[in-house]
Amino acid sequence: MLTIGIDIGSITTKIAVMDKNKLLFTDVIFTGYNAEKAWREILDKTLTRLSLKPAEADRLVATGYGRSCVDIADKKITEIMCHAAGARFFLPKTRGIIDIGGQDSKFISLREDGNVGDFVMNDKCSAGTGRFLEVMARALELDLDDFGKISLTAKNPAKISSMCTVFAESEVISLISKGEARENIIAGIHESIANRVISMMGRSATPESLVLTGGVAKNIGIKKALEKNLNHKIEVPDTAQVNGAIGAALLGQKLIS
Amino acid sequence: MQTEYQEMWRDLGLDLEAHAMLLDSLGAGYREVFSSQANRPRETAYLDFVMSEVHGLRIKELLEAKKAGRKVIGAFCVFVPEEIVLAADAILVGLCTGADFGLELVESTLPRTTCALIKSAFGFKLSRVCPYLEAADMVVGENTCDGKKKSYEILGGLVDNLYVMDLPQQKSALGRQLLAGEYRRFLTAVEKLSGVEITAGRLRRGIEIVNRKRRALERLSRLRAADPAPISGLDALLINQVAFYDDPERFTAAIEKLGDELEERIQKKISPFPAGTPRILVSGCPMAVPNWKLPRLVEQAGAVIVGEESCVGERGWRNLTGNDGETVEELLAAIVDRYYKIDCAIFTPNPEREEHIIELADRLQVNGIIHYSLQFCQPYTIESRPLKSRLSRLSGFREKGISLLNIETDYSMEDSGQLQTRIEAFIEMIDRR
Repeated sequence: MLTIGIDIGSITTKIAVMDKNKLLFTDVIFTGYNAEKAWREILDKTLTRLSLKPAEADRLVATGYGRSCVDIADKKITEIMCHAAGARFFLPKTRGIIDIGGQDSKFISLREDGNVGDFVMNDKCSAGTGRFLEVMARALELDLDDFGKISLTAKNPAKISSMCTVFAESEVISLISKGEARENIIAGIHESIANRVISMMGRSATPESLVLTGGVAKNIGIKKALEKNLNHKIEVPDTAQVNGAIGAALLGQKLIS
Repeated sequence: MQTEYQEMWRDLGLDLEAHAMLLDSLGAGYREVFSSQANRPRETAYLDFVMSEVHGLRIKELLEAKKAGRKVIGAFCVFVPEEIVLAADAILVGLCTGADFGLELVESTLPRTTCALIKSAFGFKLSRVCPYLEAADMVVGENTCDGKKKSYEILGGLVDNLYVMDLPQQKSALGRQLLAGEYRRFLTAVEKLSGVEITAGRLRRGIEIVNRKRRALERLSRLRAADPAPISGLDALLINQVAFYDDPERFTAAIEKLGDELEERIQKKISPFPAGTPRILVSGCPMAVPNWKLPRLVEQAGAVIVGEESCVGERGWRNLTGNDGETVEELLAAIVDRYYKIDCAIFTPNPEREEHIIELADRLQVNGIIHYSLQFCQPYTIESRPLKSRLSRLSGFREKGISLLNIETDYSMEDSGQLQTRIEAFIEMIDRR
């Protein structure tokens, strides 16, 4: 039973192919300005790579902000449900998921039976998201992929007090002009994202077995900052960036049974 | 409608060009949101008509009433007692506060961190596009939240007929005394404005008209709670919104007729939604015309709204006013009794509201509650948090899996994609149980 999950995010589009409970394939491309073009492209590429005909996929589930434009999807499911399903595939006993994507961050808590018990998302604001990191990388003239590594060498993380992407960028620029070490600036940026996410999670107790997903999970500095400020260990699946697509493909398997 | 009423709008001092823009977008929005719904009750034709003439025929009626010597009083809040207004043969209308208009002008007058409802009231005034406001002989501002009471200081310089009504912030003997004093003062001001002496007979008649309207809305609330719901939450909200504009007696008659049709639909199980559609209670800030943003997203996502715990909804019409007093003073005391029960979030503490939400969720058999607050509305955003934690601990709610989703938004559409995701996820979550 082959199912495909496509997760169309604001920055990247992800695909996952599952055969029953086995993950066969994943891929990531940039979404660009045309979400429809992006999903068609990644789907064609995937089918070619796996030498599959479109009819050989039993179910296709779309998720992410661009899900509504996938007209051939058997079902469109929000990324909240898909991230929950994906995280449980990775760590069956997980009770909490922090997902930080390009344009939003969310915290999902799962009940004991695995169903979503509650979730919170950031309001209309890009603070504490992947977009925020991109803006900061541009201000620092660095490749975002190097952010995590560099931040680990910081001795004194700088204080970034503004939660707003635009104001935080000017804070970063003034730190640069003051000659602050860039590893300290980057570590400060990670701290500010971690604090933003933690305040969104609210005062409820941090669940055991917490999973971090989404593209931002690739950044080791964010993971460390969250662990430090939560005083709690966090698991990051290797498939963190494609976790939503995996969840979509898994929910596709459920549609069959 | 455009050409027929041009002269009337010009005489009222409206900015004709801006007003035409407003009507175009209102008309397009109405068609998109309401006319596109499946299987509406046929009596919703009344709503279509009222909405198509909301700045036309209804304004003409008001102006004709004015010519005949009656007064028009505009208000922003359900604390302004319509009973007293009607007793003086005057007309009470709700003023426009449900859409962004002239935001640049507004933000040069008020801080940007003011809620959308207050900004909207100012936008309509500064852009000269609200015929109700321009036709009003008296505009009543009421001291509810800080945003409103401070902005009325500025509104007072923009209109020449602002009457400010103070309101208590605590349910205490002193608070009740303040409300009684303010209603007495308002009665005198209405008498002076209208030149009508308010007698016990007149006041009793006013109470009866408003009570009949409340009974019709209460019946609607009971009928729409059927499963499957005989009417969409959008149409039910619109009825609650129209209640602030139309003539109360005509409105009551139309809603009673609609109620008869709903009874018939319930018997035949006719509904705009398939059986088993998740049921939602919306609670929080009022939604004035044409603010249909949240209910539209909810019902498009495959749920039905079966109640509004809101001023434009249950909070606005629940509780009747006693009408067995013999004197003006006794009847006025009954009015104070009735309005004193309003569980607005400006009161501290405000436990009645929480109890009412719990009672409603149970009575309407809902699967989830969406708490709706306007961004920068401190009273409701602050109340949303303890409410959520109380519900999550409440036995009965936990077992039934009734959850609460907190939404904080404004009138702009820029966050509608994000809201759609949240609302869909919420419905997926409660639907799985």
